[in-house]
Amino acid sequence: MAGLTFDLLAMQLFTGLALGAIYVLFAIGLSLIFGMLMVVNFAHGAFFMVGAYVGLFVLMLGGDFWTALVVVPLAVGLIGLVVERFLVRPLYGRGIDYPLLLTFGLGYVMIELVRIAFGKTGYPFDTPELLQGAVNIGIGYFPLYRLFVLGAAVAVLLGLWLFLEKTSFGLIIRAGARDPQIVRVLGVDVSRVWLVVFGIGTGIAGLAGVLAAPLQGVIPEMGSTILAEAFVVTVVGGMGSIGGAVIAGLLVGVVVSMTSLFAPEMAKVSIFALMALVLLVRPQGFFGRAGLMS
Amino acid sequence: MTMKSTKATGISRRRLLATASAGAALAVSPFRINIVHADEGTIKVGFPVPLTGPYGTEAQDQVRAAEVAIAEFNEGGGLNGRKAELLVRDDKLNPGEAATRTLELIEKDKVSFIVGSLSASVQLAVNNVTKERKVIYNSISQSDVINEAKDFSKYTFHEALNPHITAGAVGRYAFQKFGKKVAFLTADYAYGHEMVRGFQRAGKPFGIETLVDIRHPIGTTDFSALLPRIQALKPDILCISNFGRDQQISLKQATDFGMKKSMKIIAPVLLFTGRLAAGAQAFEGVIGGTSYYWGIEDKVASAKAFNDRFRKMHDGKVPSDYGALGYGGVMTLLMGAKKAGTLDADKVIEAVEALKYDYYKGPEYYRKCDHQAVQSVLIIESKSKPEKGPADVFNVLTVEEPNEANLRTCEELGHKA
Repeated sequence: MAGLTFDLLAMQLFTGLALGAIYVLFAIGLSLIFGMLMVVNFAHGAFFMVGAYVGLFVLMLGGDFWTALVVVPLAVGLIGLVVERFLVRPLYGRGIDYPLLLTFGLGYVMIELVRIAFGKTGYPFDTPELLQGAVNIGIGYFPLYRLFVLGAAVAVLLGLWLFLEKTSFGLIIRAGARDPQIVRVLGVDVSRVWLVVFGIGTGIAGLAGVLAAPLQGVIPEMGSTILAEAFVVTVVGGMGSIGGAVIAGLLVGVVVSMTSLFAPEMAKVSIFALMALVLLVRPQGFFGRAGLMS
Repeated sequence: MTMKSTKATGISRRRLLATASAGAALAVSPFRINIVHADEGTIKVGFPVPLTGPYGTEAQDQVRAAEVAIAEFNEGGGLNGRKAELLVRDDKLNPGEAATRTLELIEKDKVSFIVGSLSASVQLAVNNVTKERKVIYNSISQSDVINEAKDFSKYTFHEALNPHITAGAVGRYAFQKFGKKVAFLTADYAYGHEMVRGFQRAGKPFGIETLVDIRHPIGTTDFSALLPRIQALKPDILCISNFGRDQQISLKQATDFGMKKSMKIIAPVLLFTGRLAAGAQAFEGVIGGTSYYWGIEDKVASAKAFNDRFRKMHDGKVPSDYGALGYGGVMTLLMGAKKAGTLDADKVIEAVEALKYDYYKGPEYYRKCDHQAVQSVLIIESKSKPEKGPADVFNVLTVEEPNEANLRTCEELGHKA
């Protein structure tokens, strides 16, 4: 192939990792909610999109991007808390189908509400001034904003890991995922644990949305396309595993990037090929618990 | 009389009275007009466009502009006093839906003409219905295929530009100015391929070198994986051939990667509505083609007249490029009918074929073999920021005058001479 240099390959790899970081951020909430609550959140894409629109709203009110970064996960997380408490909780214990159908319908409702409130055509979303432009990372020019997103993803993951590993609430969450019965017997209100997990998952999805907004603008349908990729990452990484989501997300990003270099038309299909391959060899994903669905 | 005998024999007096009064009421009511034959009453123009869906904004502007055309025609006396009426339908950007709506318009609403449709496949679906029913159809959006012999019929007209001439015009301007090494980033469907073909054809006499042609699936939201390769090849020109949101996102991300510093980005078509949706930064410095831009009103009298009528009717807004096509598509058919003095399809076709018109953008005429409107192509560059109000988004760099030589030849399209 003409022009294939080491620099280009390195740049393509790095682009893949940066792309993967976005996938990780988006998929992690999905993985958490599925792994801990056994709820398949089909509305995850809608929360992503709502995050972007809340960010847009903050900008419309005169705030800046940094304010939006703080407001969005809190606001979307709050919506997630309300959804879990009043819509999802009544359905626990009835099997996996009910919450799935609920979140599926909820996704549609959220998209329509945004369409009513903000119109159907979408809005541009400018990259914050401080983060505009491209920097020379040695192997070529790379957008400063994407480096920021990469950094933000690392920060969020670190924060999440610290929360889960080093705090007592995190300990309860991990225990609740391992065995909710025993945790209940020990006197812990498991439903409150799940409420918090749902809120965290959706809050991170919203944050991913506002981070993605400067990359592609905001339209009401922006969550639907990325949802498929999020499911692939969740399935490949293993549901409920954060480490798995990270590795799978980065892997998917790199696969898309490298495929785009040699056969761009196959880029979208390549991630599903990856998923099929992993499922054939290891059905629970990289770090998933075997037999989770049974 | 007993009830038994009235049931068995004829109509009772009560029923007769009821029917007669209903008939009288119907005769004086406005519904009467719909029941009469299409020779009397208003001239109905069917207008199927995708009011819902991704091109809703463009479609709605086409409706607004078509309303301007209808009002202007009616103010001018109409066809011997007969006024025109616009029947707008939502085809949802779906060929099946469009065909159904068109059929309904023809059979139920008894329209004399059909004008409409975005997307090449929807246009073809409408055309299939209209040519079978022998109703004149003026297609108002880009398509290369509608000119070709296998889809064409004498009832088919095409007011809009096609990808071939638009890409060609932009290419002819850019290749002499910016360099010979060209990279292509193309949406992987018919429209994308047609645009690239137009560019390549125009580029041959300039000796352009195609460094790469990267095909991306439509609906791609992240182009970051495709851009480093283009950067590494160091082209003079990056030619992005896609449409709508794909174009908006790819331009945004190419800007983010700093590509505008080292190469010139050109696109076959730049939409007014697209530029408003993506923002000034993404489009800045990009050169493209268009059939119409409101800004030519300083130089073209008919544009000023059209813009002013549009502003008056629609709260001071200006028409977009696609909107203007809605106006032109309806106007040419109505004026053709007026010239012919009748709504008879064959006579109107003859009149429209002979029409040399300048309704909104400069001189135009329809080429006989494929009824393609031979018209100017505007080469525009997007401004870094608007100066004279939010609609001041493009600079017109040059105007490629109407020239049949820039279209694909009649023979090439399969039309027998």
